[in-house]
Amino acid sequence: MADFAIRVQGLGKQFQIGKRRRSYKTVRETLVDVPRRLIQRLTSRGRESERETIWALKDVSFEVAPGEVIGIIGHNGAGKSTLLKILSRITEPTVGFAETRGRVGSLLEVGTGFHLELTGRENVYLNGAILGMQRSEIAKKFDEIVAFAEVETFIDTPVKHYSSGMYLRLAFAVAAHLEPDILIVDEVLAVGDARFQRKCLNKMQSAGQQGRTVLFVSHNMPAITRLCERALLLDAGLVVKDGPAPEVVSHYLSTGLGTTAAREWSDPDEYPGRHVVKLCAVRVKSEDGRITDAVDVRRPVRIEMEYEVRKEGFKLMPHFSFSNEEGVTAFSVNDPDPALREPRPLGRYLSTVRIPGDLLAEGTMFVSAGISAIDPFVKQFFVRDVVAFQVIDRTDDELGRGTVTKYMRGVVRPLLKWETELLSAETSAAIQAKANT
Amino acid sequence: MSLHSLPADEPSIVRIVPTGGWTSLRLKEVWTYRELLYFLIWRDVKVRYKQTVLGAVWAILQPLMTMLVFTIFFGRLAKIGSDGLPYPIFSYAGLLPWTFFAQGLSQSSASLVSSSNLIKKIYFPRLVIPISAVLGGLVDFAIAFVVLIGMMVYYGIRPSAAIAFLPILLLLVIATTLGAGMWLSSLNVEYRDVRYVVPFFVQLWLFVTPVIYPSSRVIVKLHELGLPSWIYGLNPMVSAVEGFRWALLGTGWQPGSVLVASCAVTILLLISGAFYLRRMERTFADVV
Repeated sequence: MADFAIRVQGLGKQFQIGKRRRSYKTVRETLVDVPRRLIQRLTSRGRESERETIWALKDVSFEVAPGEVIGIIGHNGAGKSTLLKILSRITEPTVGFAETRGRVGSLLEVGTGFHLELTGRENVYLNGAILGMQRSEIAKKFDEIVAFAEVETFIDTPVKHYSSGMYLRLAFAVAAHLEPDILIVDEVLAVGDARFQRKCLNKMQSAGQQGRTVLFVSHNMPAITRLCERALLLDAGLVVKDGPAPEVVSHYLSTGLGTTAAREWSDPDEYPGRHVVKLCAVRVKSEDGRITDAVDVRRPVRIEMEYEVRKEGFKLMPHFSFSNEEGVTAFSVNDPDPALREPRPLGRYLSTVRIPGDLLAEGTMFVSAGISAIDPFVKQFFVRDVVAFQVIDRTDDELGRGTVTKYMRGVVRPLLKWETELLSAETSAAIQAKANT
Repeated sequence: MSLHSLPADEPSIVRIVPTGGWTSLRLKEVWTYRELLYFLIWRDVKVRYKQTVLGAVWAILQPLMTMLVFTIFFGRLAKIGSDGLPYPIFSYAGLLPWTFFAQGLSQSSASLVSSSNLIKKIYFPRLVIPISAVLGGLVDFAIAFVVLIGMMVYYGIRPSAAIAFLPILLLLVIATTLGAGMWLSSLNVEYRDVRYVVPFFVQLWLFVTPVIYPSSRVIVKLHELGLPSWIYGLNPMVSAVEGFRWALLGTGWQPGSVLVASCAVTILLLISGAFYLRRMERTFADVV
């Protein structure tokens, strides 16, 4: 028998762009579409195949030995999720094949199938079954799961009354007690407070030590280097690099593909930018001035860029923009300082913007940095996703967000002032009744 | 998280390859996921009873109210025959399989789309979803059945030996619901019009099924036209509804060619529905 846990050969997955954007059809569309396509096929042969498609994965091949812990890194849209979905058998490849040996547990989301109306206990059983555990298996591990999640007192309360932290902990606890031969984990650790994240990482580490094969996707580079001995770097659907994790991670970071809290260029010849101004470094810092890749949702964060003005006499305006994991821009900021309207002398500068606490939403924030000359407007540089950091909600039972317990939608989550005043003690029904008499 | 592939002792190799066209049903795999099936049914039933104020009472109220309306309008006012049985029990016995079918069909046709969060994140045989949606209706059916027993006692109707056929007839109803449900749920993933069509479709189906009226009237008409009676059996719900009355209340219905035709149609519906779902399954996660 071949000695592998996972074997992937020539794997590719093609998406139709149109299909991706508007996934389902209506009968009317099909009725209109079919004759049109027929006519198209008659009039211009071969057009059909030129319909816009993209390859989310292209010719991916690799092998994972049993017991190996392997990290998969890459930019958003590099094909990591597609790879995991194929290995989890959720979607089929277009070409090539993959083989897995033994039980595969794939954790692409925490709490899949959780139902808000059901109690914690009921959800443990339901979720366990969804994850593929036998009822007897769940019953045996039930106490352990509840203890790991630290929700003993609420286990018979419907989960709709749970805080987001309790909910996540319980959901992860069920998943963490699966004992598959191969564990496939997507970035599920990006949520939850630091202490619980550590607990989960430890649990995964021990899974690796027990001879389990782990495939781990993350944006969190320290976690990758700590957990994995080997890493694969994906870019635009291709495996760009495959090797020891620290090596692949540093390659990823140095090529500017990676996300990190601080990016510094060591060689002045390689500073990004045109002849007027060059970028030297971008850093994410906490209030107290330390470089950080994770900030509490309620704490402020500082983003700074260091740059050299190499040519005199230009009015320069620094700029940052912030986008989330889906690539949606949350907001952009320009430095409005009137001093910028004066031509800038030569020198090395540091521009810092302070983002207040209670503004960003939970998740990963990617920062793009740029400087433009104004009057006339000439873009000097714009480095997309140059640094990134995690915004973490407190998920202990003492809530960071008033009484709101659930995940809140949106790219930002500002804390705003509300005012509610009583306009009149009379309702319109009463007023109407009075008018009628 | 999902565990695919089987027993833990012997590491089995799963090969993930592109497939095309019609593929095998992999029923053995569905069987290994029976616990998931059980939990999905359990969840649906539990949540339904938790979320509604009346809970299990709905299961009785629905056929009971329908029976009352039918009895007043069709039994008393329109004086539609009921094969010599009291109209209330005649219609209620027909409403039992009918309600199961109508609810199962609307539940299962929406099932794949409403389970998109599972489909996008976890592997399991997708057949489990419409199956669980249909089987969840059995609980309501069982509750409503108790009422029928009460009515039989009230009217002093003693079932004959034909009652032994009841499990087979129930199987026929389940299979018909599932067959149609698999077709509609797969189509619903691709064409969202389906959810608008289903209620209308169920309504029309009610009128061609002898719930309100006895099938004998239709069969007489068929014979007048020189047509064989099995044509009416092409609607499997005809056999289900008349079969229930025959097995429980002892009507003069004969389970002959009509039942054979119904079973044939149901088997065809079931097999084709399962294969169609399997064929469409590979794109569900990308489309749903």
